[in-house]
Amino acid sequence: MKRYAIIGGSIAGVSCVEGIRSVDQKGEITLVTAEETSNYGRPLISYYLEGKTDEARMSWRGADFYEKMRVRVLHGTRAEAIDTAAHTVALSSGETLGYDALCLCTGSSPVCPRFEGLETVPERHFFTTLADAKALERTVTKETRVLIIGAGFIGLKCAEGLRDRAGSITVCDLAQHAMSASLDADSAPILERHLEQNGIRLLLGNTVARFDGGTAHMQSGEAIGFDVLVIAVGVRPETALFAAAGGAVGRGILVGETLRTSLPDVWAAGDCTEGFDVSAGAAGVLAVLPMAALQGECAGENMAGQRRVFDKGMKLNSIGFFGLHIMSAGTYTELVYSEVTQTGCKKLFAKDGVLTGFILVGDVARAGIYTALIRERTPLDAIDFDAVCREPSLLPLGKDYRTKKLGGVV
Amino acid sequence: MKRVYVNEQWCLGCHLCEYNCAFANSGKRDMVEALKGKPMYPRIRVEGADAITYAVSCRHCTDPLCVKGCISGALHIENGAVCIDHEKCVGCLTCVLVCPYGAVQPGPDGAAMKCELCLKNSCGAPACAAGCPNGAIVYEERGETA
Repeated sequence: MKRYAIIGGSIAGVSCVEGIRSVDQKGEITLVTAEETSNYGRPLISYYLEGKTDEARMSWRGADFYEKMRVRVLHGTRAEAIDTAAHTVALSSGETLGYDALCLCTGSSPVCPRFEGLETVPERHFFTTLADAKALERTVTKETRVLIIGAGFIGLKCAEGLRDRAGSITVCDLAQHAMSASLDADSAPILERHLEQNGIRLLLGNTVARFDGGTAHMQSGEAIGFDVLVIAVGVRPETALFAAAGGAVGRGILVGETLRTSLPDVWAAGDCTEGFDVSAGAAGVLAVLPMAALQGECAGENMAGQRRVFDKGMKLNSIGFFGLHIMSAGTYTELVYSEVTQTGCKKLFAKDGVLTGFILVGDVARAGIYTALIRERTPLDAIDFDAVCREPSLLPLGKDYRTKKLGGVV
Repeated sequence: MKRVYVNEQWCLGCHLCEYNCAFANSGKRDMVEALKGKPMYPRIRVEGADAITYAVSCRHCTDPLCVKGCISGALHIENGAVCIDHEKCVGCLTCVLVCPYGAVQPGPDGAAMKCELCLKNSCGAPACAAGCPNGAIVYEERGETA
């Protein structure tokens, strides 16, 4: 009987279980996670603070998942070292876990830049796990002044989640614009206005020069008093365990299209990896939930002996703030279509005759039609691209495509 | 498994499927009460222009990206049908971002909404197909790929 070990209990780990079980019903699966709760979508934690979900509903594949899938789960346990020769993992519990196939789904960790005086701040938080959300839930009251460093996805979702719980929320970022990793100078101001209209104070092109207890002295010279600090400047792939075992690491654990790593019988999936980005035609860290799910599943199937590839990955994000929806996908190459108004934006990017990326703010209907064009590398000269730019629809994709997709099993 | 299929050449572009869908999923017993003067939220949409029209609804893909990409786990598979647990959905619309057919959309409260083959409402089988006047929408078995 094959022994499978999975390190990490978030989406990649859970999907890896599903991948294994779709092939091998008998093998022994052990899943190790440092968290006390696993099998939940990390992006839900802001919705948890907002009251749009709760711990019971957050369970991604249901409370009985591990039981149904016959998985031994070790919560609150860390994997400390991999011995690739012996095919074992040393755990913080003292157990030595043997494996025939190992998958690392170690995710990413929040980055904490060195700020002068940070150690003098009494209430410091990150915002990537349910435990982080619960800590903020306990701490923040209607009188609390919250300062968030980082106006990316994590920082702004944290701001939205806390808005109705806190006295005031200020978000600062060294970048000139909110969500600078995925929005541009036309689209970001729409979001910025919307956030400010909803009571979030933004300080852009500005960050903390030094802390003095509950005061942040900004680079601009302003001093901001706060009670709770959230550091949300970004995350980095968690590769230490793998690197210590001698595995090949770039910006993340390097994986091929089968999710195999450089170490024998070791796979990796999710935020900890650097895999292939179809929109860039190059390697990239695709640290978003849908990719973690797809990679985890593919890794699991391969661990169980299949030969599956995952070569259609890309970064993509759908996010909403106070009712304003924003979607982005792929790589921003050459701008081929642009519509910008006070309340919405659509930008499409293409290169070498295929769509590579897009930004949508406001009207996001049927965005998946664009995503599919990127994923499938559909030649744009084979479709009515002008029409599909104006409105995502199956009409410009041609009758053959529709007959196949709407008339057959897909 | 039976799915909804579309025969484009027979679609009249009458939009009756949209009305039947919105009514079937309204929970109301009277079509006028359900639809008159209210915004409609059909899970099937007629698109196209001039001579070409056809209806689009969830394909119930065998390997659905919406289920894989759903951040809350609300989207799931029940006996082959892609279904959504309304209580779990937080309205992030990642499903809209990944569905290749544009077949998922936000419903009246912002949560995602999609065709569930009328298996969960009082119809028990797709109202769009039952009410299609020209046989352009059918509910039938067309064989599974591996």
